[in-house]
Amino acid sequence: MRRKLNNLEEFRALKAKCIQAHEAEKHKVLVCCGTGCMAGGNLALYQELQKEMAAHGAAYEVSLTDSCGGECVGIKRSGCHGFCEMGPLVRIEPEGWLYTKCKVEDAKEIVEKSILGGEFIERLGYHLNGELYKRQEDIPFYKKQTRRVLEHCGHIDAESIEEYLAIGGYEALMKCLFELTGEQIIKEVSDSGLRGRGGAGFPAGRKWEQVAAHKEPVKYIVCNGDEGDPGAFMDRSCMEGDPHKVLEGMIIAGVATGSTEGYIYVRAEYPLAVSRLKIAIQQCEELGILGDNILGSGKSFHMHINKGAGAFVCGEGSAMTASIQGNRGMPRTKPPRTVDQGLFEKPTCLNNVETFANVPDIIKKGAAWFRSVGTEGSPGTKAFALTGNVVNTGLIEVPMGTTLREVVYGIGGGIKNGKKFKAVQIGGPSGGCLTEEHLDLPMDFDSLKEVGAIIGSGGLVVIDEDSCMVNMAQFFMNFICEESCGKCTPCREGTTRMNEILSRITQGDGRMSDLDELRSLGKMIQVSSLCGLGKTAPNPVLSTLDNFEEEYIEHIRDKRCRCGVCKALSSYVITDKCIGCTKCARNCPVNAITGTVRHKHVIDTNVCIKCGTCKANCPVNAIKEG
Amino acid sequence: MEKIDMKFIDSVLEHHDFDRTNIIAIMQDVQEKYRYLPQDALTYIAKKVGMSESKLYGVATFYGNFSLDTKGKYVMKVCRGTACHVRKSSNVLQALYEATGTSEKKATSDDGLFSIEIVSCLGACGLSPVVMVNDTVHAAMTPDKARELVAQLREGA
Repeated sequence: MRRKLNNLEEFRALKAKCIQAHEAEKHKVLVCCGTGCMAGGNLALYQELQKEMAAHGAAYEVSLTDSCGGECVGIKRSGCHGFCEMGPLVRIEPEGWLYTKCKVEDAKEIVEKSILGGEFIERLGYHLNGELYKRQEDIPFYKKQTRRVLEHCGHIDAESIEEYLAIGGYEALMKCLFELTGEQIIKEVSDSGLRGRGGAGFPAGRKWEQVAAHKEPVKYIVCNGDEGDPGAFMDRSCMEGDPHKVLEGMIIAGVATGSTEGYIYVRAEYPLAVSRLKIAIQQCEELGILGDNILGSGKSFHMHINKGAGAFVCGEGSAMTASIQGNRGMPRTKPPRTVDQGLFEKPTCLNNVETFANVPDIIKKGAAWFRSVGTEGSPGTKAFALTGNVVNTGLIEVPMGTTLREVVYGIGGGIKNGKKFKAVQIGGPSGGCLTEEHLDLPMDFDSLKEVGAIIGSGGLVVIDEDSCMVNMAQFFMNFICEESCGKCTPCREGTTRMNEILSRITQGDGRMSDLDELRSLGKMIQVSSLCGLGKTAPNPVLSTLDNFEEEYIEHIRDKRCRCGVCKALSSYVITDKCIGCTKCARNCPVNAITGTVRHKHVIDTNVCIKCGTCKANCPVNAIKEG
Repeated sequence: MEKIDMKFIDSVLEHHDFDRTNIIAIMQDVQEKYRYLPQDALTYIAKKVGMSESKLYGVATFYGNFSLDTKGKYVMKVCRGTACHVRKSSNVLQALYEATGTSEKKATSDDGLFSIEIVSCLGACGLSPVVMVNDTVHAAMTPDKARELVAQLREGA
């Protein structure tokens, strides 16, 4: 149990103590305990490292609260480092070394060689094109990023408020509590040009201003951590890796707008984020950073956490507030807007996780600093989840206005398995596709809108030549159909009809008139749906129709899927590469393949069920589909 | 039908102050214990927090995470998010259906061991394709690994 802090002096004293303990750790081993590396077994490695340290009689500590007092080695569970493709990851400080693909068995070597011996283990280092990169910051994946929101992710113990304090945490809050007025805080945020990172890009400062203008005694701060877009996990990593930063941003919003209650709505699929946030909230309450009369400032703030229950639509503001109130999470007609009548019908400031996480640095370093990167209309950085058919999947952060080429090729390392780039799906089910011609387009809120896509929450799924765009479109439409809350007809019925048409096209029963029908249905849904999610639901279809119309036509006219993804339209053929090994014939579940040993085999397409087993089993890649 | 421990339900309700706005959290706690929402429990909860059964039913059926049917010992959530989709999660799903004797229409296996659920995104896209069994994430799945996983779980059960 921590001792409650009563004033700013006590805060400063604690901070000084934390810094001292932090600096006394001459070596730090940061074991990535984000969801990815945990799945890879990093928790076991974390425990094994401690055992090894003890076995060598070396002084170590796992937390600053039970600091050993003198010089020692810190062994820490950090949040996500972002380079999930190479996980499980371990970072060694002060050298800044990054070890990739670590296993429990590596613990002994890491302790003996690196921690006690100061020697780099080449085997665990990151290699690219024959070159070894020892330091994390030198690896191209990291070197080309600008990490602001994710600055501490992977560099501090995500479950320790002391560690957050040691690196300057809650300094911005102190400034807001004891130096600035509410108007001054809002002005700084407005001047910074920070726009909501949840998708729509609404200026955060203006939102805060509108909530602050209400004279009501009860107002709410709500943090949207219901990251429902398939392919997005920036907010998850932020909540897991640096939960205090999100809390600090929210408390500052409370102080600025005169609100005393905050709610964080987190997806149920993120159990680790929920548990880390709960720990962080408890630590703040113990220290008196949350609660009544924070550090004697006269300001109060209380934090609540709500776990979602699996409804994509709850990412929409009015649906989310309905869900927090214990109702079906369905959007309502606006106005009144959330800033006027939101949670419990009170003025509510609702921002996304990444938006709040940007706030502490804006207060601490100023609006001008924030504007020093990014574009005029969209200052600052943006975190993206880079996934799909790309070499380096992971969590990245780049200045707004960075080109797609830089992200996919510079940071992402290009397309996996030497395939050809086809498109990037950005912004999830509300977004669209960017193709080769958009590779050099600077990405920000406004430029993407112009080409029919959106930044959205920041999911970036790279698609290679083997992915069928009609199938992709149907994939999203299917998602929307399942997640549509059913309140308004355009979204409920319209998306179902679009889905039916798409499904008919992928089954080989499409008609040429379907294309016009998809377009007109899409436009109708865009203008007449009730909420933002419904309005943007047709985007993936419209965007693929614009950019890949010829693929749709092939499906309809030629009954052909060039990628062999749409099973009804694809057939398997054995090419001349066949060496007659009989493996395919032996594995075919329906005996559709005939041939004699060492002679080319043949598939009877009338019997073939297109399961793909033959292709998967062929040792010489002789079976082609399409 | 399973016997419901009303003392447990009472403790959950008390923990959430019998507050109607906490109804989602209450149902989450109940489901965590029983792996589904037993009808008797819902009737009891509705009475205790002062909301109509129909309204509670409306909330319970709105959210994808709640289930009114019994579930298997191992709930296997197969991620069908975009990143998993482009890395062929449909083949993993198919393998799981076959290995557990379930299907699109029949979520829970006859032996009561497995329930297969499709989820939109688990947010572990860097590890795709992903399957989450209870709270453990299994990364970079293939149909073979999926079959192996089922065999392992079956052995351990």
